[in-house]
Amino acid sequence: MSDIISTLQYYFSHPFVWYALIVGLLIALCSSLLGVSLVLKRFSFIGDGLSHVAFGAMAVAAVTGITDRMIIILPLTVLSAVLILRTGRNTKIRGDASVAMISVGALAIGYMLMNIFPVSSNISADVCGSLFGSTSMLTLKESDVWLCLIMSVIVLVFYVVFYNRIFSVTFDESFSKATGINADGYNLLIAIITAIIIVIAMNLVGSLLISALIIFPALSAMRIFKSFRSVTICSAIISVVCAGMGIILSILCSTPVGATIVTSDLGAFFIFSIVGAVTSRKRPTAQ
Amino acid sequence: MSEQIICSNAALGYEDGIVTEGLNFTVSSGDYLCILGENGSGKSTLIKAILGLKPQVSGEIRYCGDFSAKDIGYLPQQTPVQRDFPASVREIVLSGCISKLKFRPFYSAAEKKLADDNMNQLGILNLKNRCYRDLSGGQQQRVLLARALCAASKMLLLDEPVTGLDSIAQNTLYEHITKLNKKGITIIMVSHDISSAVKYASHILHISKKQLFFGTKSDYIKSSVGRLFLESEAAENE
Repeated sequence: MSDIISTLQYYFSHPFVWYALIVGLLIALCSSLLGVSLVLKRFSFIGDGLSHVAFGAMAVAAVTGITDRMIIILPLTVLSAVLILRTGRNTKIRGDASVAMISVGALAIGYMLMNIFPVSSNISADVCGSLFGSTSMLTLKESDVWLCLIMSVIVLVFYVVFYNRIFSVTFDESFSKATGINADGYNLLIAIITAIIIVIAMNLVGSLLISALIIFPALSAMRIFKSFRSVTICSAIISVVCAGMGIILSILCSTPVGATIVTSDLGAFFIFSIVGAVTSRKRPTAQ
Repeated sequence: MSEQIICSNAALGYEDGIVTEGLNFTVSSGDYLCILGENGSGKSTLIKAILGLKPQVSGEIRYCGDFSAKDIGYLPQQTPVQRDFPASVREIVLSGCISKLKFRPFYSAAEKKLADDNMNQLGILNLKNRCYRDLSGGQQQRVLLARALCAASKMLLLDEPVTGLDSIAQNTLYEHITKLNKKGITIIMVSHDISSAVKYASHILHISKKQLFFGTKSDYIKSSVGRLFLESEAAENE
């Protein structure tokens, strides 16, 4: 036990570990909030599609050799978010197919670019790093932390201020439109914010595992809780706790950060599923 | 009785074709209008037009006096998303007040009271903390009806409200709707349940690509269109 404490003390004496923890918790919080809406609107696939687009965009950015890769990654991902949402309806290629197309396409182009124009000698490490989250988590600069902090505050303020409208649009788009709410506008805003969170989260868990951060906490919370507010709050708490646990465990056991966080989210999901199944059996259902 | 909506010679549709045309009808305060028609006859397009979400291709749909689209409480058809949505009854009913928020982020005490009153009116106040997905179909529809009442108090526009309900739940819902109508709320109900339409409504609008009939219920029963449809419905039920 004292070993564990001294190991942690040693790691947390370095600022970069603190940076990683702060960024990790903030991303977990933001993605879980949006996740509730995305899962309920049957948009979970958007997170998955966008994360692959972000991977492709990163490959493009790496090839061009720009130092600030965000300049390329962020606009490309946001643009894809808009495209996916637009093509999701009323087009010849239906929603799920178009997302699958965009996501696999971006993955392929990204991997190909990384092979044709290798930036470093170790391509597979580069690819693996961007897909599963790299050690770059531990090389965050103070400016990265600030960027993440500012984005998180924006997302949180957006979510709280528009909470009632988000609920209305999530639950019933036709009704919201009829009462004069710009439902399409809110959908677009949610997709854009999702894109931004995914880009920021890519450093943490890698592009393959981001959707886990978005969907797992919401799904877990829905096993037990029965109102939108309690699901949202619970989802945020699950996500933050799992991210914190994942980061600390990964330090102690020297496991990959992203995979450890997602595994703890998965663990939470199983626990909540079992508790949910047990409690709903006790409670008589309404007739 | 003051007129609320006047539709004169309106044609509705999309860029690539007219869905329904020749629509001439008037909705007055306190009416109970039932819109009948087969699937694909343009009922849902007409709903969007009445709500002001979709401009007509030609003709006119006019709100009279101080009546506007904001005075219409809408009860849409249920979507698959809603059936397992984790939300409490109160959250859903309260979301009917969304247009009253203007620039405020949260609901006021007056809006919460309005939600409570409307739940009480429809006999679902005791369910207010229950989860929507645990309710029966009839209870769910009453929740959505209470939400529509929070949005507007002059007119309710109901899109196939009894679809999928058993006959007892259907009757309960019809009675609640009739009660609201007697309190002076105008009802527009889209339906293909002709026998109930004839039983409860005051006016009938029957469309199929074009307008087949508009008038009072008693005229409809006497009209050739009405007789034909009532007979075919009766034949189907046998």
